[in-house]
Amino acid sequence: MLESIRQIPIDYYVYLSTLLFVIGILGVLIRRNAIIVLMCVELMLNAVNLLLAAFSTYLGDAQGQIMVFFIMVVAAAEAAVGLGILVMIYRNTKSTDISLLDKLRN
Amino acid sequence: MSLILLFDTALILEKSILVIVLFLITLGVAAYSTYGERKVAAFIQDRLGPNRAGPFGLLQPLADGVKFFTKEDFMPNAAERWLYILAPGAFMFVACMTSAVIPWGTQLTIFPHPVDLQVADINIGILYVMGFTSLGVYGIMIGGWSSNNKYSLYGAIRASSQMISYELAMGLSIIAVVMLTGTLSLKEIAAQQTGFNWNIWYQPLGFLLFFVCSLAECNRAPFDMAECETELVGGYHTEYSSMKLGFYLFAEYINMFISCTIIATLYFGGYNFPGVDPGWLGGFMGPIVLFAKIFFFIFVFMWIRWTIPRFRYDQLMHLGWKSLIPLAILNMLLTGAGVLLFEN
Amino acid sequence: MTLYLFLTLAVVSVITALLMVFSKSPVRSVLYLILTFFAIAGQYILLNAQFLAVVHIIVYAGAIMVLFLFVLMMLNLNSDTEPQKSTVWKLIAGIASGLLLVTLVGALRGSIQISTPAKLDGRVGLVENLGRVLFTDFVVPFEIAGILFLAAMVGAVLVGKRDLQV
Repeated sequence: MLESIRQIPIDYYVYLSTLLFVIGILGVLIRRNAIIVLMCVELMLNAVNLLLAAFSTYLGDAQGQIMVFFIMVVAAAEAAVGLGILVMIYRNTKSTDISLLDKLRN
Repeated sequence: MSLILLFDTALILEKSILVIVLFLITLGVAAYSTYGERKVAAFIQDRLGPNRAGPFGLLQPLADGVKFFTKEDFMPNAAERWLYILAPGAFMFVACMTSAVIPWGTQLTIFPHPVDLQVADINIGILYVMGFTSLGVYGIMIGGWSSNNKYSLYGAIRASSQMISYELAMGLSIIAVVMLTGTLSLKEIAAQQTGFNWNIWYQPLGFLLFFVCSLAECNRAPFDMAECETELVGGYHTEYSSMKLGFYLFAEYINMFISCTIIATLYFGGYNFPGVDPGWLGGFMGPIVLFAKIFFFIFVFMWIRWTIPRFRYDQLMHLGWKSLIPLAILNMLLTGAGVLLFEN
Repeated sequence: MTLYLFLTLAVVSVITALLMVFSKSPVRSVLYLILTFFAIAGQYILLNAQFLAVVHIIVYAGAIMVLFLFVLMMLNLNSDTEPQKSTVWKLIAGIASGLLLVTLVGALRGSIQISTPAKLDGRVGLVENLGRVLFTDFVVPFEIAGILFLAAMVGAVLVGKRDLQV
């Protein structure tokens, strides 16, 4: 099992992660619903996780996977606080549209 | 690891047969749990219960199945079509997946080649179970939301917040067992509890917490908020009919069966019993002992359902967050101290 | 065999991620993202990181996405209330991210050189090894992560309180 991973060049994992990361960025740019924007950030974090896990396996070093755990911690904390703030915003504005939140401009 | 093994045809055959047998047993137990539930309810309420279909009403589950299949399959106009159809299937699928990592016995020796009574011995079995338990909530949420009905949505939101809350205490009480046994593999945990050396003697509080949480995870009374008829019509499956409804009801009984199996394996020695070698009868003694324990716990689940009234929703949340989680953390601390003191 | 598994999972993850971005209904977006996470969990299993795969399922599919779905259902957001950006803006965003993709791939092409050891150790991704590394080399970050969680929990509760009296 482990040796058969050599059939896949590490480049493939790098390109896949890049693609997923760029899709995340695209989502952040074209969506206005703040909840979907948060989800796209989660997708970007996952692209990085995948890359770290791939390097960890190809180098035979566990440190990459440990880093993934720390990223998961940050992602979970971010989701909890972010969604809390979003629900609060929804209570005040009755919308989760991020373009309504530029009141401090001018 | 598992992929190399997959190329071994004999092993594929063996595991496939095991999976199919396991699947049939799970469905059979779930079907007869519905019968058992009615008989237990009848016994507790001093009635006779189902007694028309076959001797002692034993064909009742079959009749129910036929009834479910032949009823009109109704779909609300404003439902999200695909999600509405997908949800019961997803719920059923998740319920059936968990049994893969459970050690049903040691080995069957009546065949020329010893057969392991476990589909997949992964070294993180408990986490696998936790993972699939936490996925069960999607079937309920999607079903309740896609029906486009207020009562369904309320039921789904109640069910999901209940399941998320009780999962925490459940995970914490499992961690205490893991600290005690030093392994995440269910096979190891079952094998360590030989004779009468069961985990319940070391984890009485942990067992109690786990038991309450599994009642809540299965949406069983007294925690059946999700479908309490007096407030929410029928809960998250109000708009479901025919076999889609059947899937939901059936999957709940499968969940109950799996919960009882996990309780028996984690705390009550799995296939072990003092004075009984699980290798007897060509290895069939282990599963017999395990199933005896499982049926006992299924009976306890039913007994509780027909004895204790339903909680109110805020009482449920208070119990989960303000009693069970602190107790589970305390249990974890005590277990840690105990392991540290007595291990060496 | 392994290569085909990898390609299948990769295609599934990219397609579901795109569907997540372009789906009109927020609830569908969440469901597509869950499928993406399952494909990524498959990649972890392919990389022999089984513990990581299970934790990924529990944390992302079992907790974080349930939270997202819960909030979406509670606020009752659907495709009618979904705010849309103008087509021009979408076009600009598409071009910008396409350019970023081209730049990244161009920069990465041929520059990835790692030396994989001759004999790969199958125990790297197992829970025993990860636990040892986490509690020896990474004790301080682990404790800090714990404090971060506590702070996030207190923060989430405070933010969610309706009438806050300080």
